[in-house]
Amino acid sequence: MTHRTHRTHRIHRTLVVVTAGLSQPSSTRLLGDRIAAATSRALAEGPGEVDVEVIELREHAQALASNLLTGFPSDDLRTALDSVLAADGLIVVTPIFNGSYSGLFKMFFDCIEQGSLNGKPVLLAATGGSARHSLALEHTMRPMFAYLRAITAPTAVFAATEDWGTSGSTHGALAQRVDRAGTELARLVAVTEASRPADPFEDITSFEELLAG
Amino acid sequence: MQFGVFTVGDVTADPTTGRAPSEAERIKGTLAIAKKAEEVGLDVFATGEHHNPPFIPSSPTTTLAYIAAQTERLILSTSTTLITTNDPVKIAEDYATLQHLADGRVDLMMGRGNTGPVYPWFGKDIRDGIPLAIENYQLLHRLWREDVVDWAGKFRTPLQGFTSAPRPLDGVPPFVWHGSIRSPEIAEQAAYYGDGFFANHIFWPPEHTARMVKLYRQRYAHYAHGQADQAIVGLGGQAFIRKNSQDAVREFRPYFDNAPVYGHGPSLEDFTSQTPLTVGSPQEVIDRTLGFREYVGDYQRQLFLMDHAGLPLKIVLEQLDLLGEEVVPVLRKEFETLRPAHVPAAPTHASLLAEAKATAEQSRSIETGKATQ
Repeated sequence: MTHRTHRTHRIHRTLVVVTAGLSQPSSTRLLGDRIAAATSRALAEGPGEVDVEVIELREHAQALASNLLTGFPSDDLRTALDSVLAADGLIVVTPIFNGSYSGLFKMFFDCIEQGSLNGKPVLLAATGGSARHSLALEHTMRPMFAYLRAITAPTAVFAATEDWGTSGSTHGALAQRVDRAGTELARLVAVTEASRPADPFEDITSFEELLAG
Repeated sequence: MQFGVFTVGDVTADPTTGRAPSEAERIKGTLAIAKKAEEVGLDVFATGEHHNPPFIPSSPTTTLAYIAAQTERLILSTSTTLITTNDPVKIAEDYATLQHLADGRVDLMMGRGNTGPVYPWFGKDIRDGIPLAIENYQLLHRLWREDVVDWAGKFRTPLQGFTSAPRPLDGVPPFVWHGSIRSPEIAEQAAYYGDGFFANHIFWPPEHTARMVKLYRQRYAHYAHGQADQAIVGLGGQAFIRKNSQDAVREFRPYFDNAPVYGHGPSLEDFTSQTPLTVGSPQEVIDRTLGFREYVGDYQRQLFLMDHAGLPLKIVLEQLDLLGEEVVPVLRKEFETLRPAHVPAAPTHASLLAEAKATAEQSRSIETGKATQ
């Protein structure tokens, strides 16, 4: 991202929210916004500035299906993928469908090449009809990000329909969980210099080395 | 600049009629396409190599030899020859034989193939794709240049005192292109040997091609084969042409929508803006193709994919008429005008033979000079 060039003068960080919410407005998006705000607050206690960018996957639904077939992203989808790769921290939020992340959510992360999220701080979050879905975060989402070698914050945030009651969402258990998770992500972002995937076109292996096997 | 067609050799049902050609029809159709290519003034016909249905070209040199016997000028090539799963000894023998039969009208494009299962069918492991391409080609390169080869490697039995027969025509090995979509190792390989680099180009955004060709050119200069802009570059292209642009779109759309590679995905409009596919009038194909030069530089070979996705032979032959009569003559002239004098044309058997003779002459005069001193 272009902000990166300022890093030598002052710390400038980018949080990217990836939300697979389908309705508009969606509670999934709302949860992502809450977590981004909590993470920004926690980061603001340290030096530097924070930018938040939100990627709504529903806008890329057709491009994601096309990418599966053609093997390359549309321009808009590529911009979104580039934002994810360049982020200092990721907040990923999906509705839970049939006991797992939504298909749209998986399609997006299936476009991420192996290795390109190595060491990336990620906060996992999900929404669902009832709290009985909450462990989907642990048994489906966390393994996927472990595979991608991202660093996930210990607290994952699940919001059920009942959590969105006024007291619950602003002062209650959900709000506390959002704050705790946001603080964890902020700490990870503060201590992590997210790894950049090596560019095979910049750092080429010479043919002598290739011949040597 | 050379112009031609390359075929995948897929047997695909025509989505407008539901009818698929038999393998026999498709094989004979391929011959008709090659003969038509020569008739309309194209320079190159290249066939893919596949070892599974729905593809027919599992035996490229058989097909190419037959075409050689029925044509006069056409250069016969491959797109691609599987350098990973074929024994390099057999490639050396088969293509040297073809070179003799075709009086030198032969070159090859090395590739790794697009089908994972093909590796175990030939006793190989797909995870070794790049190392196989590197080791096998290194052996092939020697077999065509050294009369007696002692060799040991990882992937085939060693050779001791082995002579690949027949020797290449006039002692000049066929020119080799290396094809790849996005493996920098293959661009590096092409550059190392001073061979050609062919970017598949079609079905992908141009940035992939631009990046690969840039790397190949830089490394070609690094290995001192010439300046970066003198490296030998080929590109794929894909077009459907009618006199009238709207007719082209209307007629091609059902083939596009149901095509094996990209069908049921992006719209025709999206895909034509994202990839080199051009569906339109001859002038649109001309403009688009001239535009390729802007991101790869002056290049030597342009091949078009004209016969896939179930297009019936009759339409393919009409397409070749339009390509050969209305598109290529203009492209030939325009590209020639744009090409600086120091950028070479694509190597042919005649040019490589002349080069070899000149080199031999030079070293002889140096020897003579030494002797008289």
